[in-house]
Amino acid sequence: MIRAALLALMLASPALADESIVSGLSQNRVSITADFVGSEILVYGAVKRDAPAPEGSPLEVIVTVEGPATPLTVRRKERVAGIWINNASVRVDSAPSFFAVATTGPLSHILSDTENLRFNITIERVIRAVGITAEADKAGEFLLALLRVRTQEDRYRVLEGKVELTEDTLFRTDVELPANLIEGEYKVRIFLLRDQKVIAHQERVVGVRKVGLERFIFNLAHQQPLIYGLVSLVLAALAGWGASAAFRLMRN
Amino acid sequence: MQLYLPIAEVSVNAFLILGLGGIVGFLSGMFGVGGGFLITPLLFFIGVPPAVAVATGANQVVASSVSGVLAQLRRKGVDFQMGTVLLIGGVFGSVVGVWVFSLMTRLGQVDLFVQLSYVLFLGLIGAMMLQESLRSLLRTRKANAPIRRSHVHSWVHGLPMKMRFRASGLYISVIPPLIVGALVGFLAAIMGVGGGFVMVPAMIYFLGMPTKVVVGTSLFQIIFVTAFTTVMHAMTSQTVDMMLALLLILGGVVGAQIGTRVGTRLKAEQLRILLSLLVLSVSIKIAIGLLIKPDELYSLASGSLP
Repeated sequence: MIRAALLALMLASPALADESIVSGLSQNRVSITADFVGSEILVYGAVKRDAPAPEGSPLEVIVTVEGPATPLTVRRKERVAGIWINNASVRVDSAPSFFAVATTGPLSHILSDTENLRFNITIERVIRAVGITAEADKAGEFLLALLRVRTQEDRYRVLEGKVELTEDTLFRTDVELPANLIEGEYKVRIFLLRDQKVIAHQERVVGVRKVGLERFIFNLAHQQPLIYGLVSLVLAALAGWGASAAFRLMRN
Repeated sequence: MQLYLPIAEVSVNAFLILGLGGIVGFLSGMFGVGGGFLITPLLFFIGVPPAVAVATGANQVVASSVSGVLAQLRRKGVDFQMGTVLLIGGVFGSVVGVWVFSLMTRLGQVDLFVQLSYVLFLGLIGAMMLQESLRSLLRTRKANAPIRRSHVHSWVHGLPMKMRFRASGLYISVIPPLIVGALVGFLAAIMGVGGGFVMVPAMIYFLGMPTKVVVGTSLFQIIFVTAFTTVMHAMTSQTVDMMLALLLILGGVVGAQIGTRVGTRLKAEQLRILLSLLVLSVSIKIAIGLLIKPDELYSLASGSLP
């Protein structure tokens, strides 16, 4: 009986990872209020082991935070008859509005290309652009431009060496969320690597939502657009009249 | 003080927005222009998405125009009859303008079209106004200058359907104001502005209205054009940001009151020279943007191509 159970355990064990992730987030929800100036998510956790850590190759950790994705149009200006106009464009099916990747070391050292292809870890693998080569010549440059523009806007970040790993067991990293966040589900992925190979991974979600006045205005604008437009006008007219009246009082 | 805008989805400095509103309101009260041609590019510059900037700019112009009209009303500076006739023409013009705008959008060159219209119309009108007002300023400096009549009779005065505009002291056909209104409505729709910078010179030079009633009447007409635009944007694209508009308005209404008072102290010619310089500089700024090679050739737009 015991022997049978041991045998079952032994047969099952190759399927189980030797090392697995236990993780936590400092917050599962980010609320956007009127005075929102950005936020910070602390991603922390530990490596759970059934056996002593294997010798040799060191443990590496990659943490990615990914905002809701949208389709995009990337346009390129060209000089036509002396003026610079948008002349070519490429449609990107899906690009995240925010993307940060934090690691324990340089990405090229700790992650192999095949594993990146398999798990879609870096931003280049997360952006989906199918069939763009037919849309413009040098279509690849449009994608490089997308990465460049978004990196300049601080929307895409590579934070190499920003994950702290203690005694090959405890890890933590802080990811700053910018003030110009959009609403939606932000996906947090944690990867454990050895020998450039992913040995365990985990995914969690942080919900970003507008609350209070921000929520009220947003909902009104989308659910009752006519009323919203008229309210905006009335507010504008009242403010105009109010200032006029106030100045007349001040003069008298 | 940072403030997160619910529709624009960006965080901005509240005092910066108040200041922008104030400056544009000041110019609005002084010259009788809505200020749309200034507020929209300024909002782009601080990172508000273009669609939100255009729609919210229109909403702000409503407030500063109401404030300006009320100030002008006390000096009997609004010709309601003329304003109504211009407005009727404006509605027709804006319907045509919206149609042309959607045609250009389908062709994928709407940005260029809008920028070229800015350069062309602002440049042309600015240059014409500057030349005319400099000439009349020089004329008044000369001691024995011939007395200039307030307006010259031309073919405009031979048209049928004459109507008496008491506040303007005019007895002319309604056809020229209808044409001016239609042209302004057309420009308002394609350029996303109230059209005051076209309206003011057209009223002075084409219709021969006295400068005293020009500013108030222009603002009166702008209220309705921009109110219409605001509601249209709110309904079709949900791009009016109430929070952003309120901040702009708070700054704008105060600015408009101060601007109106400064404007009444200046001479009509000085006012026109200042306005023409402002219009010309915006035009040149946009023209330079089209001619000089941009630092970043690529731009991102959300959504996919139609």
